Amino acid sequence: MAAFTAVRAAVSFTQRFVRVSRDCSVCPLYRLNVCTGAAVDGFSAPNRRLPKRAGWVDLLLYSRVNVVFIDRSGQRIPVKARVGDNALHLAHKHGIELEGACEASLACSTCHVYVSSEHYEKLPEPEEREDDMLDMAPMLQENSRLSCQIILTPELDGMELTLPKVTRNFYVDGHVPKPH
Amino acid sequence: MLTGVRGLSSSSGPRVCIVGGGPAGFYTAQQLLKARQDAAVDIYERLPVPFGLVRFGVAPDHPEVKNVINTFTQTAQHERCSFHGNVNVGKDVTIDELRQAYHAVVLSYGAEGNRSMGIPGEDLPGVFSAKDFVGWYNGLPSNKELHPDLSFETAVILGQGNVALDVARILLAPVEMLKETDITQNALEALAGSKVRRVLIVGRRGPLQIACTIKELREMVNLPNTRADMLPADFEGIAEALKDLPRPRKRLTELMMKAVKEGGDDKAEKCWGLRFFRSPVEVLAGADEKRAAGIRLALNKLEGSGESVRAEVTGQLEDVDCGLIISSIGYKSIPIDPAVPFDPRRAIVPNEMGRVQDTAGLYCSGWVKRGPTGVIATTMNDSFDTARVLIQDMEAGKLDLSVNKPGAQAITALLQTRGVRMVLFSQWEKINAEEEKRGKSLGKAREKLLDVDEMLKIRNVFISIFF
Repeated sequence: MAAFTAVRAAVSFTQRFVRVSRDCSVCPLYRLNVCTGAAVDGFSAPNRRLPKRAGWVDLLLYSRVNVVFIDRSGQRIPVKARVGDNALHLAHKHGIELEGACEASLACSTCHVYVSSEHYEKLPEPEEREDDMLDMAPMLQENSRLSCQIILTPELDGMELTLPKVTRNFYVDGHVPKPH
Repeated sequence: MLTGVRGLSSSSGPRVCIVGGGPAGFYTAQQLLKARQDAAVDIYERLPVPFGLVRFGVAPDHPEVKNVINTFTQTAQHERCSFHGNVNVGKDVTIDELRQAYHAVVLSYGAEGNRSMGIPGEDLPGVFSAKDFVGWYNGLPSNKELHPDLSFETAVILGQGNVALDVARILLAPVEMLKETDITQNALEALAGSKVRRVLIVGRRGPLQIACTIKELREMVNLPNTRADMLPADFEGIAEALKDLPRPRKRLTELMMKAVKEGGDDKAEKCWGLRFFRSPVEVLAGADEKRAAGIRLALNKLEGSGESVRAEVTGQLEDVDCGLIISSIGYKSIPIDPAVPFDPRRAIVPNEMGRVQDTAGLYCSGWVKRGPTGVIATTMNDSFDTARVLIQDMEAGKLDLSVNKPGAQAITALLQTRGVRMVLFSQWEKINAEEEKRGKSLGKAREKLLDVDEMLKIRNVFISIFF
């Protein structure tokens, strides 16, 4: 169990580390003999050079996805998630105020979020139905998506999802959001 | 499950009353319960059944939009919340009586009236408000005897919002698309025998001012066995304006342009069309003077620009033969009680961010607060706003929470002495189970009960067999 924890710690350490130094000899993964060579291409591509015995280490390295929610008051809420998680369900699990009225069936826009720009590019194109629903979301931006359609992949690690400030109370100048 | 029994505890927290059991009422309740762990919320609803327009307004072929009922059900089942159906506030109990029993009262009773066209012939048989037509196919008890005559080839709908498009779609959809939904059986049978083949959806202004949203327009464009019948002249100058439009308006306009260009399958039996720059001026009676046989439209031109584009008459007129006319120009709130201020021009309760004008302890949320526009999400945000304002007032001491208020105990006792037969949420669940059971035998999601008396009978039935 200790080795498990150590490798897990090593992974996040390595991810930060690789941006600073390319010296394998100081890396804990290399020292523990569990390096998969992923650091070589900087953790940027999912098709990495995998060791012959791909197994639980790979699961550890690639399944964890760290996401940060920024709620309507600007508070940052970092959340640990896994590959395959649905961003809306993740938000609910952590008490983030995303409604999801239609329960992820692309019939409302209440799970609208802004995606950090470098991760927005990595999401698959929205299908037409999602775009149609996004059109109805107040304060639509270039980086708007419906969080019920975001499925976490390894390359979304570090993604920040910001909740739009949609309430009328926020508009102290009396601005009225457009109907629909 | 003893959902309704709550009043015996001597709770000293704030007691809030919500008038109206639709999305506004439920979302306001949800937010209040979350924000204050000591708040008790009671929802009063005129019909025996909850959920308002989610049940009676959302089209039968949009079941996903109704998923929000699950959230509302959770709220109603919350231990600090109780639902009281079949209570007519204003008649069975007054607002003043509610204000005496609760620390705060929130008006969330929506818009049950409709704007009238104000033209001669509007009351002829064959003319309906969209509100009533939608209520008819959605099982609203007061619309069950509507019996619209669907034996005419052409129907004209005035108004181009989502409600107008819903009506057009329900009129033209193949019966296969509707027969497994929760549409009422008599509406389904009437539509199966319908002779309506052409639906025109008429708006005062131009394509850039159309009020519907893209989802509903796309559903019309994709409707099987129908083609789009538009007037290219209505779209002059639109292509050039596209590039400056914000994204939602741009995508919507592009879809319309596509429908103008492509038209659709010429062999299609049915057709629908948008008609712009036209306002109704008179409903024309048939030769026998007994029912509507056509509508006279005035042609408009647009003045102004941007958000304030308005239609001005040109003097030209156009007559359209049709046997079914549906006016879809907006719902309208009505005053509930003389003790509550009401703005008859805007048809809303005058308020500042949800605080009813000049009336401490009285709030409003939803359509009765802002006017009857917007989808469920709009009402949700608005209701959350009102709840936050109410909580703020509680915390700032604007509401005197030190006074103990009796809440539901006092009101239900009062209602009992007045012979009002209330429906608790657990009793709605029996009605719900019965509707699902009847639906199942017809191959449908549910078969709604249309009769208030029948609903009241079912609520007392003890279900001894669970399956």
